[in-house]
Amino acid sequence: MTAEAAVKYVTEIPEEEVTRVSEWINSEEYKEKNFARQALVINPAHACQPLGAELAAHGFEGTLPFVHGSQGCASYYRSTFNRHFREPAPAVSDSMTEDGAVFGGQNNLHEGLENAYTIYKPKMMAIFTSCMPEVIGDDLTAFIKNARNKGIVPQHYPLPYANTPSFNGSHVHGYDAMLLSILQTLTEGKKIEGRCTGKLNLIAGFDANTGNYREYKRILKEIGIPYTLLADISESFDSPLDGTYRAYPGGTPLEDAADSINGKVTLTVAPYASAKTFNWIKDNFSGKHISMPTPFGVEKTDQFLMTLAKEFGKPIPESLKAERGRAVDAMTDAHQYIHGKKFALYGDPDYLTGYVTFLLEMGARPYHILCSKGTKKLEKELQALLDGSPYGAGCKIYINKDLWHMRSLLMTDPVDAVIGDTHGKFMARDAKVPLFRFGFPIFDRVNLHRAPLIGYQGAINMLTAICNKFIDIRDETCDDRNFEMMR
Amino acid sequence: MSEETKKKLDGITMESTQAMIDAAMEIYPDKAKKKRAPHLAPNAGEGACVKSNRKTVPGIMSARGCAYAGAKGVVWGPIRDMVHVSHGPVGCGWYSWGTRRNLVTGVNGVSQFAMQFTSDFQEKDIVYGGDKKLRTLLEEAHELFPLAKGISVLSECPVGLIGDDINSVAKTASKDLDIPVIPCNCEGFRGVSQSLGHHISNDTIRDHIIGTREFREPASPYDIALIGDYNIGGDVWSVKPLLEEIGLNVKAVWTGDGELEKIAATHTVKLNLIHCYRSMNYMCRVMEEKYGIPWVEFNFFGPTKIRESLRKIAEYFDDYIKERVEAVIAKYDPIMQAVIDEYRPRLEGKTVMLYVGGLRPRHTVNAYADLGMTVVGSGYEFAHGDDYERTSPEMPEATVIYDDASEHELEQFVNELRPDLVGSGIKEKYLFQKMGIPFRQMHSWDYSGPYHAYNGFPIFARDIDMAVNSPTWKLVNAPF
Repeated sequence: MTAEAAVKYVTEIPEEEVTRVSEWINSEEYKEKNFARQALVINPAHACQPLGAELAAHGFEGTLPFVHGSQGCASYYRSTFNRHFREPAPAVSDSMTEDGAVFGGQNNLHEGLENAYTIYKPKMMAIFTSCMPEVIGDDLTAFIKNARNKGIVPQHYPLPYANTPSFNGSHVHGYDAMLLSILQTLTEGKKIEGRCTGKLNLIAGFDANTGNYREYKRILKEIGIPYTLLADISESFDSPLDGTYRAYPGGTPLEDAADSINGKVTLTVAPYASAKTFNWIKDNFSGKHISMPTPFGVEKTDQFLMTLAKEFGKPIPESLKAERGRAVDAMTDAHQYIHGKKFALYGDPDYLTGYVTFLLEMGARPYHILCSKGTKKLEKELQALLDGSPYGAGCKIYINKDLWHMRSLLMTDPVDAVIGDTHGKFMARDAKVPLFRFGFPIFDRVNLHRAPLIGYQGAINMLTAICNKFIDIRDETCDDRNFEMMR
Repeated sequence: MSEETKKKLDGITMESTQAMIDAAMEIYPDKAKKKRAPHLAPNAGEGACVKSNRKTVPGIMSARGCAYAGAKGVVWGPIRDMVHVSHGPVGCGWYSWGTRRNLVTGVNGVSQFAMQFTSDFQEKDIVYGGDKKLRTLLEEAHELFPLAKGISVLSECPVGLIGDDINSVAKTASKDLDIPVIPCNCEGFRGVSQSLGHHISNDTIRDHIIGTREFREPASPYDIALIGDYNIGGDVWSVKPLLEEIGLNVKAVWTGDGELEKIAATHTVKLNLIHCYRSMNYMCRVMEEKYGIPWVEFNFFGPTKIRESLRKIAEYFDDYIKERVEAVIAKYDPIMQAVIDEYRPRLEGKTVMLYVGGLRPRHTVNAYADLGMTVVGSGYEFAHGDDYERTSPEMPEATVIYDDASEHELEQFVNELRPDLVGSGIKEKYLFQKMGIPFRQMHSWDYSGPYHAYNGFPIFARDIDMAVNSPTWKLVNAPF
């Protein structure tokens, strides 16, 4: 071999090669290869547990989320919430580094607790782990006990903590774990024989739509049901701008959360995002315990209202009946723009069941349903929803697949639109269909987290966004001679 | 820095700034106070007046990221023709997916791979190790993305803790698949900030990439490489044409919209032009030592510094380049003056506080000065001593300089100094906006850009004016 031949030159990929592969990645053959993947995950639609834990922590009065682990993790969670809500997300980390890996994280935790307690004056610190302490096996129970004994924080200062390893589950599970720990901590010793607050405890689960929380509260007020919304982020992540920064602008009052154990009814509308918490509540809380799907669409909202009315012995007020009527009116008026249209959906389990319910009510087809972190139970529930409607026929469910799988589906078996979060925008553009951003995170549109998706108003909001987009597309793409005044 | 801005500022003295620092530290526990105090100081004009590159104090709200963030988000992520695998649990890759705005050309998933590739570690991978999975994953990536020129493997915390040997997996896979597979041991727990991630990444480029390719076309005396520009908001696409306009051939860009093989052939250029000194100075030093390539720092923010930098670059070349530089300056000066004439009247005398990553706290000081604004406080998330040495002379006397500032400290300083604008990152943005203070994200150009070079300055000026003078700020106080 000559010296000349040994030189490796910079190569350019020929145009025809790019074209060939561009076509190939849209093919049935590619789809098969893509679905045969065993190890590589491409564009997953879920984050890791601690992110969810942080969201739950932000839902309580005066609470500072505290990440036990590497500094960078805390920065990533905070940035993610900053970008989605366009709001501050105060949280600290105990900044573990190499020496933490060797000696364990107790020193970091203790120093961190002392500093955070003194500087940020929280009413509660919610501690959760990222990868590093989980791998080295830090014992949070012991560390926290030692912190109290050393006087770093007062003996009875609330320090709920949750193990949220990132190599297990998703943000949804982290939310559940932190919520459980917060409720266990706050309600400890608060159960009083014979006491009933007369209140509803409502659990909304990992829901990054502040409008939904406001909507739950409005509906409960309308019926006249006293309530405690557990992990209420409506103010924490949607606070007014008036020239003053407040680190903890909202959240469920700690006293109310503590007294929730004596509640009349505890209702979760997020069976997947609060499974562990709810199980524990069933064994420990007074009153009745009810689990039902997130009230997306008319039927599920009906079910939600009827349950509340029954349990609290209150009639559903005329105002909400009128709201229902308006939603049905809006759906009937607009169904023609969406009937029979095929949708690809991805997101968290509770949201997915909601999308499917709503689409089927509109006569649309939830054609590809994908959850990148789901269970057999979810698959069965989604299948039951599909089986219950003629519009569910031929629709398919993909559990533990990612958005690169979804892209293959969009290319080989096309749909009219995609519902999901911002991360789907590239595949939706490749497939030349619109993406409706109803989930989390939404980084590239403003204010969507402020518009409720649940309840009758939520149904109106969803159908308004979807139907008008289809009408926009028609207007933008039709021939001039078909460009009409009326649609 | 222009004479005009060098002067002392009214009401800001060494004593007043020190008093402000002391007041901010009052609520700290003793140990935290002792650790934080050396990181905050009034600008003494010469030398690095603050301590830097130390561990973040636990429990203090820091804006810092980690070594992985430096490797994935900054150095490797922007190389467009490679698959970058976030090796470990799902989160790190997910959070760093498309959030640093390094724009790229090419077809998504075909000739450009700005996607999220991860091994999505599960418990069993922690217990049994992830090496086998990695091997399978590399084969799958190669099969599904045949035009990818290489694969980087960026390890997350657990990988280093359980003792996986990604280096050996990468080595055999590279041979078997016949493409470069680059292992980068950038676990987040290493070091104290993003900075170590840059360094580790640079070392992997040195060990695995540089010198492995050559350009096909003949060398010219005007071949240069652009180092440390990550194409935030299209910055590279503003800088590259300008360098070409002065007669230079930009052979490789590190690493915004970068290509692996061009980076591999950088050792044949005549000069390295470095923008982000913090993230890439190691590589310039390596190429200087090994291949005798000189390097020069430049600053393309605002016409004053662009002019100064172009002339500095021209010094490395012949009269041909020098003449073209003068011609370019003569061409753009009036255009830039028109921008200044438009915006300066609305911005004159306004003050700014900066808190950014590795170069902008000093590089943008004069761009503000070009618009008549004064920077009254500046600091870095992850700088080292040499960065602060370069910062002091740029800043007015006695203004406050902060290293790895906590949110509490920044909040106190902003409360005290009440600047007309804060330029920092996403984690600080909404805090200061709640206080009613105009803000621009200076890591990401707040989803605008480019800000570099002559094409960037008009956009910078427009954005700063838009932020400071937005009528929305007048609505903050309710009339009732």
